[in-house]
Order: sequence, then structure tokens, then C-alpha cells
Amino acid sequence: MTADLESNQHVEQFLTFELEGEAYGIEILKVQEIRGWEPIRKIPNTPDFVKGALNLRGSIVPIVDLRERFQMQKVEYTPVTVVIVMSVNTASGTSVMGIVADAVSDVLDIKLSDIKEAPNLGSRINTQYMRGMFVGKKNMVMLLDVDKLLNPEEFVDIAGLAAIAEGK
Amino acid sequence: MSIDMAQFHQVFFEESFEGLDAMESGLLNLDLGDVNVEDINTIFRAAHSIKGGSGTFGFTAVSDFTHVMETLLDEMRDGRRKITQPAVDVLLGSVDCLRDMLQSIQNGSEVDQSDVAEHKLALDNELNNAVPSSPTGRHAPEASAPKSAAVLPAEEAEQIAGWVIAFSPHLHLLKTGNEPVRMFRELAALGQLTTTVDLQGVPDLDDLDPEECHLSWKLRVLGDIPEAEIDEIFDWVEDDCDLAKQPIYKTSTSSAQTQVSADIAIKPVTNIVPREISSEFASTSESESNAPERKSGKKEEVKAAPKGSSSIRVDTSKIDTLINMVGELVITQSMLSLLGEHFELNKLDQLKNGLSQLERHTRELQESVMNIRMLPISFVFSRFPRLAHDISSKLGKKIELKLVGEHTEVDKTVVELLSDPLVHLVRNSLDHGIEMPNVRLAAGKPETGTVTLEAYHRGGNIVIEVTDDGKGLDKDKLRAKAIEKGLIDPEAILSDKQTYELIFMPGFSTAEKLTDISGRGVGMDVVRRNIQALGGNIEILSELGKGSTISIHLPLTLAILDGQSIAVGDETYILPLGSIIESLHVKEDRLNRVAGKGETFLLRGQYLPIIRMHQIFNVPTAKTTKLTEGLIVVVEGQGLRCGLFVDDLLGQQQVVIKSLEANYRRIEGVSGATILGDGSVALILDIPGLVRLANQ
Repeated sequence: MTADLESNQHVEQFLTFELEGEAYGIEILKVQEIRGWEPIRKIPNTPDFVKGALNLRGSIVPIVDLRERFQMQKVEYTPVTVVIVMSVNTASGTSVMGIVADAVSDVLDIKLSDIKEAPNLGSRINTQYMRGMFVGKKNMVMLLDVDKLLNPEEFVDIAGLAAIAEGK
Repeated sequence: MSIDMAQFHQVFFEESFEGLDAMESGLLNLDLGDVNVEDINTIFRAAHSIKGGSGTFGFTAVSDFTHVMETLLDEMRDGRRKITQPAVDVLLGSVDCLRDMLQSIQNGSEVDQSDVAEHKLALDNELNNAVPSSPTGRHAPEASAPKSAAVLPAEEAEQIAGWVIAFSPHLHLLKTGNEPVRMFRELAALGQLTTTVDLQGVPDLDDLDPEECHLSWKLRVLGDIPEAEIDEIFDWVEDDCDLAKQPIYKTSTSSAQTQVSADIAIKPVTNIVPREISSEFASTSESESNAPERKSGKKEEVKAAPKGSSSIRVDTSKIDTLINMVGELVITQSMLSLLGEHFELNKLDQLKNGLSQLERHTRELQESVMNIRMLPISFVFSRFPRLAHDISSKLGKKIELKLVGEHTEVDKTVVELLSDPLVHLVRNSLDHGIEMPNVRLAAGKPETGTVTLEAYHRGGNIVIEVTDDGKGLDKDKLRAKAIEKGLIDPEAILSDKQTYELIFMPGFSTAEKLTDISGRGVGMDVVRRNIQALGGNIEILSELGKGSTISIHLPLTLAILDGQSIAVGDETYILPLGSIIESLHVKEDRLNRVAGKGETFLLRGQYLPIIRMHQIFNVPTAKTTKLTEGLIVVVEGQGLRCGLFVDDLLGQQQVVIKSLEANYRRIEGVSGATILGDGSVALILDIPGLVRLANQ
């Protein structure tokens, strides 16, 4: 019981960013750095939402456009467009990946007990990538599970599924 | 405790494998006629450290096994036993067995108990069949007790009702920090303990040194206690006492048992070796079959070692160089920042100097960091004397193996991947190349054949040559064989080089009969593939009757590649320079569109498939889609030749290979990525992958 209480009282920090005016949050401990958008090298034969690879001080970091990942409308990249570089746990260890977001907004301290289960949002945003929701004073923040969202193996699956669907 | 110990397991394994290598090379270098005591000592020391280490970590099976080897080596060292070829062979076999055991333990897999039992039996036989050549002294008690498998038949072991242990500590036992009372307490925990103290050794009070232990004990502990548990208690004092133990059986009917006890009874207590129960030699055949059962009981103690990350041992001097270099770099950096703080235009020269110094230090630093990954090729070469020894004795050939340039340094990855192909090549030379002694004599050659393994640097490459003075390759025979197997057209005209290349074709073997050493015709095919995968190539030179030379050319490091950048639209790709044959503009009349099979073009009488880069990599920005307007780069990879259709060639440069998989995943047709001078990323193309992609 006490252990439960303690873990619920535990506060985690989340970095929030915007996509189509909505706020999303990711665990701040996953974030390595935030950088402006710069042109990157395309990687052939990968899903469209993988925009390409970036040279991050010598290591090759793939960049995922979250708008495209969530099948939102594509937009031109602007000076405020940001790339959030994160370390992601994958089956084979840790990889470094970046996501493209419209803008970074805030860092929130969220008590774990305040995280609500994600409601079913329909097909556009698959709730399996969500860690939960947090209702703040101003708005609602959708907390993402980065490890699931940015799993390279799943990129293959999605592409594979699309190919199968096309085949039919 | 297990967690604390586990972190040292990796080190233990590494050291043990090194020790085994040392033992192996020591054994192979033994000159039977004139044995150097220091050689034996080296082998003995290696065995001793493995025994000590495995004992400490609780790998009882290993330490027991090594103990028997050690005993044999000890007798050799003291000159009490002649060193014979069979004995050396048995020891070599045991080294292999020990290596297998350690590998199994390291991987957490089952130790092959029957193999262990077999080798142990061979060792025991070797120990038993020699008569010690001098009376044994008290200082080497182990040697005088005849050894046997020391394995009790299982049904007897089950009937053990207890143990009688004679424990006579040496005088200095207490000084080593061991406390007999503590050990007795542990014994008492195992079963009912009765102790009898022998006070005979105690001197008069005036002569008594309170720090010495003059007592000896006879201990009787009752209960069904495995031998291993008893051993464990006395593990630390093994070398500081005379210890004998003897099981008490519930019933005493078997003749073997009475002989066991009788054997022990007539021996002075001091002469009996810890852990070993002497038994009649006759019982060893029985014990062999029972060994696995007994060992499997011990198995639980052996904990699976976690799969350690790979590590390398680096010469301290290399690290020192690196540290010096970093020091220089720091000095340059502080000089520059000082300059920057109060910069005036007249200090421009100083700035330029500083910057060029910085550049030089950075480059040197890069070189020395690369150097750390370099290992001497002797890591691969060192296994070959053993191979040559084994094969020559198996085939009855006389072979001398020469190693030249073992200190040539190569990248660690190359060293690791090189060993399998080289084993194939050396085996081939030993088996097919060198003839039988009588054939050699008849051909007017020295009876002993020579195989030379040589490594040296040439340019940015390392060259490894396997040379033999054997029979050489028979061109006509090769050709006939290739025609027979349908690998070439009977009409085909082949150059010498092309004929020799035939042996790299899959399924090609000229050996009349298959041996278990080589001749199945898969080897050379695999060898070439492996070498090419390393970015190298392989060549054969041969003269019939005089021998052959196979040379392997490899890049020094896998981390840097000579690349040609090509442009397709906005994209820049890197092609390994070695894979490019030529690039050309193709004319319309040379093009050929095969229905359903894509496009080909005619190049000197050969039709080559065209792979459109913009198509398979989906580059919409490509400057042109007309084949005649772009450029065709003819490339070759793993024997496949094709033309890549690209916009333009950009330039040649050395690129540092970066992994794409580290953060993402494998992409077909791409072997990695690199960073160009302007900081942008470029993908390195993989020719076989591209061909596969194009065929999909």
C-alpha cells in the first residue's frame, strides 16, 4: 500500500510540445537535446514519416515526423519547427532518435497519480502509443510512450502492413 | 557473494583462455630430446593459475580436471617423468577439453561430460603407466600417489555413510589466516562430527611457538555428504596441510571398496593427495561410464557466466601516447583561448600557428585512437602451429610451419573475421598442398614440407600470404574438373589466373577422396566470400610441382573506406571505390529492354543489367530518367556485375563508416552511412543488396 502511494505521489517531469495546436508530453529524462530543423538526408525505402538521418556529432540519428506518424496534415517546416532528440529503449538496446514537432512549449511536473488513462481517440492516434493523459489548468496534455512510438521494428511492420493492404 | 564474483568471471575466462593458449604453444614448442625446464614451468604455471582461478569461482569441474593435468606436469617438471610424445598429445587433448569446458561454462551451456571423462581417463592412464624415476620427497606429496579417475561408482557413492578425514596442518597454517576450529564447525554442520586430536607433534613448552600449529586431527563425520562439500571446506588450506579422506560405506561388500580402503590404509597419511581417492586401476573402466552422473551432480555449482561484452587488451604504451596527445591538445586549446581573449590583428600569425597545431594534434589523436583497435595478427597465427601439428601427425606428413610478420597489426574486427578463412587456407595447404614424404623425396624435394604464413603492410592494405612448397595446382586437372562439373563451357578459353580462380567456385574440389580435414569443396567458396565481405580480395599464384601462394589483401581497418560519391538528384551516395569497375555514358543502340526483366546494356560482348538508382531509392529529384543522359557506373559485388544508373560522379574521398543500424535498422542496399565534409549524412551503398532490391 505505502509503496503504491509513494509511487503515485512521485513526480515526473514532462516536456510538452505542440502538434496541430494540441499539447503532447514526453518524459524529460528521455530527451537529449532540442535543435532547430535543418535539412537532412533521406533514407530510401522507409516509411514516409521517417524524414531521414541527421548527423548528430558523428552518430547517424533517424528523424521521425510526428505529424506524419499520426497522419496529420503535413506542413512546411518553419524557423520554430524543432527536432527533439531522444534516447529510446529498443529491443536491441538504446537508440538515439529525433522527432519533428511544431514547437516546444513547456516543462511540467506531473504527479503520477494525476495521469489518467488515455481515452479511445479513434483511429488517428493509436492509444497504444499513449502513456496516459494529464489535464492541466490550461489544456490537456497527451503523454506519449516514446519507446513504443519510436520502435524501428514497428516502422517495418507498418510499412509491411501497408504493402500487404496494397497487395489486396 | 555470487553477484560479487560474477563481475570477475569475464576476467577469469579471458585469463584462462590466454593461459590455455600459452600452454598449447608451450606444449607444441617442447623439444622432446632436450627439454627446457623453463618451458615446462611456463606450462605448469598456466595450468596452476587456471586451477586456482576456477577453484575460487567454484568451477569445481574445471579445477578438478586441471589438477590432474597439473600433477602430470609437476612430475615432468621435477624430472621424475620422461616427456614423451603420447604424454604431450594427451596434454594437448586436455587443453582442448579444458577450453571446451570453459567455453560451455562461459556460455552457460552444458559441459560435455563424456568428453571430460574421456580426457581425464587418458590423463590418469598416462599418470599410472609411468614409473617415477626417483624416490618422491615429502615436498611433493601429490606425485607419489598413483592417480585414477577418482570416481566412485554411483551406487557406492550413494551408500556413503560418512567420511574419515586425516587433517595434519603444516606449521604455518595459522599464519595464513586459517582457523581449524572454523572448518570443524562447518564440518559439524554437515553431519555428526567426532574429532580426535593427535598431540604427538607438540613440542615442549619452552620450544613452543604459539603461532605455529603442531596439532593434527582425525575427524569422523557421519552422514551422506558429497565429496565436493568436504572439499569445499578444505579448499583454502589444501596447500597448507596434508589431508586424506576416506569414505565410510554403509555396507562393505564390494571388493573394489575394500581395495580402496586397503590402499589408503597402507599409505602414510601424509602421502595422500587431497580430493583424490586412490582406487585400483581395474575400476577405471567402470568409473568412466559413471563419471557423467557424478559430475552432473556438481553441475549446479557452476553458474552461467553472463555473456560479457567484448573487450581488448591494449598495450600500455599506446594508452600513454594517447594521454600525451590529449595533454598536447589541452595545451593548444588553452593557448588558443588565451589568444582569443585579447585578440589583436597583429596576432594573426600566432592564431594561424595555433590552428595548424590544433589540426596536427587532432589528426595524431585520431591516429592513435585508431591504433588502439589494432591487434597483432599473431592472435590469428598463433593457432596454426597446433593445426599443423595435428594435421601432420594425422596424415603422416612432415611439415614445418613458418610464421613471418606476426607482429603486423590489424583492426580487431578484421582479426576476428579473418581467422576462419585462414584456417581453411592453411588446412588446404597442409592437406592438399604438401605431399607425402615419399612423394616429396621422389620429386627431389626435401622430405619436410614447408608452409609459410606471412603478413605485411603494403600501402593502406595488409597482405597475408599462405605459401606452400607442395605440389601446386594442376591447371589441366582444374579445367577438366570444372568441365566435368559443368562449371565452365568445354570451349571456354581461360587465362592462368581464371583457371586458378576456379577453385573458388562453389562445389569445386579436386581432392580424389574426401578427408575429414578438407576436400568438400565448400571451403574456398566460403573463404572468398568472407574475404570479400571484409572488403578484401584473394589471389592465387601457383606453379605445378613447386607449390602455391594464396595472398589475401585486406583494408587495414573496417572503419575507413575509400569511397566514390555519386549524385542522384539532391541525394549523395557513396560507392566503395573497390567495387567500381568503370563508368561510362551509354549509347542508345547499346541498350536493350528485356520484356519483364528490366533493362540491360551491352558492354564488350556482355549484357549487364541496369539498376536505376532513382527508381529503387525513389528519388523524385533525379536530373534525368533517360539512360543516355545520365551515367552508368559498372560495379561488381560478390561476383555480381551490374550497371548503376546515376546522375553524376562527384569525387573520391576517404569516408568514416558509421552504423545506420545503431539507431535505426538495416536498409536493403545500404551498408552504412558516413558524414561528408559539410557535415551532412551520406549513405554507403551495398552492391549485392542493390541487386537483390532490383530483383524484387
